[in-house]
Amino acid sequence: MKFGVVVFPGSNCDHDAWFAVQHNLGHQAEFIWHDSTRLGDADAVILPGGFSYGDYLRCGAIAKFSPVMNAVRAFAAAGGPVLGICNGFQILVEAGLLPGALVRNRGLKFICEPVQLRCETTACGFTSTYAKGQILRVPIAHGEGCYVADPRTLDELAAEDRIVFRYVENPNGSLGDIAGILNRERNVLGMMPHPERAADPLMGSTDGLGVFQSMVQSFARVASARS
Amino acid sequence: MKARVYVSFKPTVLDPQGVAVRSALHSLGFDQVDDVRQGKFFEILLAGGLSAAEARRQIEAMAQDVLANPVIEDYQFELIE
Repeated sequence: MKFGVVVFPGSNCDHDAWFAVQHNLGHQAEFIWHDSTRLGDADAVILPGGFSYGDYLRCGAIAKFSPVMNAVRAFAAAGGPVLGICNGFQILVEAGLLPGALVRNRGLKFICEPVQLRCETTACGFTSTYAKGQILRVPIAHGEGCYVADPRTLDELAAEDRIVFRYVENPNGSLGDIAGILNRERNVLGMMPHPERAADPLMGSTDGLGVFQSMVQSFARVASARS
Repeated sequence: MKARVYVSFKPTVLDPQGVAVRSALHSLGFDQVDDVRQGKFFEILLAGGLSAAEARRQIEAMAQDVLANPVIEDYQFELIE
């Protein structure tokens, strides 16, 4: 399986994502520059963490106009799996591929620490290798990770089983303790915590690797259904 | 023609920076401050020859698509000849 890792000016977790896929997972990863209008032959796309365009205006607000985002939109619309991590999640909500918004942490501080996440659903191509209710130890590193949405959207997310991860202890004020959500079609996941930083034994946790393993598993299932 | 665009959080969205500024003002003795909301201000210079109606339409589109995130923010603007 081939993962495309989009590189925006200011991305800084692109190499971590590449390493997790290439070394920890043993699959292929390729960088895609932000002004590319095509994704090549990528089977899945990762929007990595960082500070695209210096977080100018709002986090992800400038990145959503990058040429590559039209290709990402088309890829997602065709059912391709898209994983947005941290700044990648912020870009996905700014681009309207996921509902809600991410605002300044309630406590105003940039928080960089390992947190506990609860996997709330395994009914998607990103968490099928976890157990529902499983607690994962994965780091967060963000200043604007407080998830907000209107009450109707929050109800909809819960009713449609689209809340994938919740914080066990809410670090940033996110409504509903939300750490990661899916789009309605369940092929786009945005999450503030960094699974790629918990993918190697050296990093103190490999709990995040399951996200990438699930993507591989889901891809294999789709491929075998096609053949 | 110049446009001044003001962007601020919707009343329903918590503004922790505004809260921090308010408490700083309180600690300086400005006890009359009930609330502070922090926002953004843009000054946009438009090419001459644009009608007011067209300028209004363009600024509206800019605010909707770029300057503000309508999910969490409101905006208002004024045009200055």
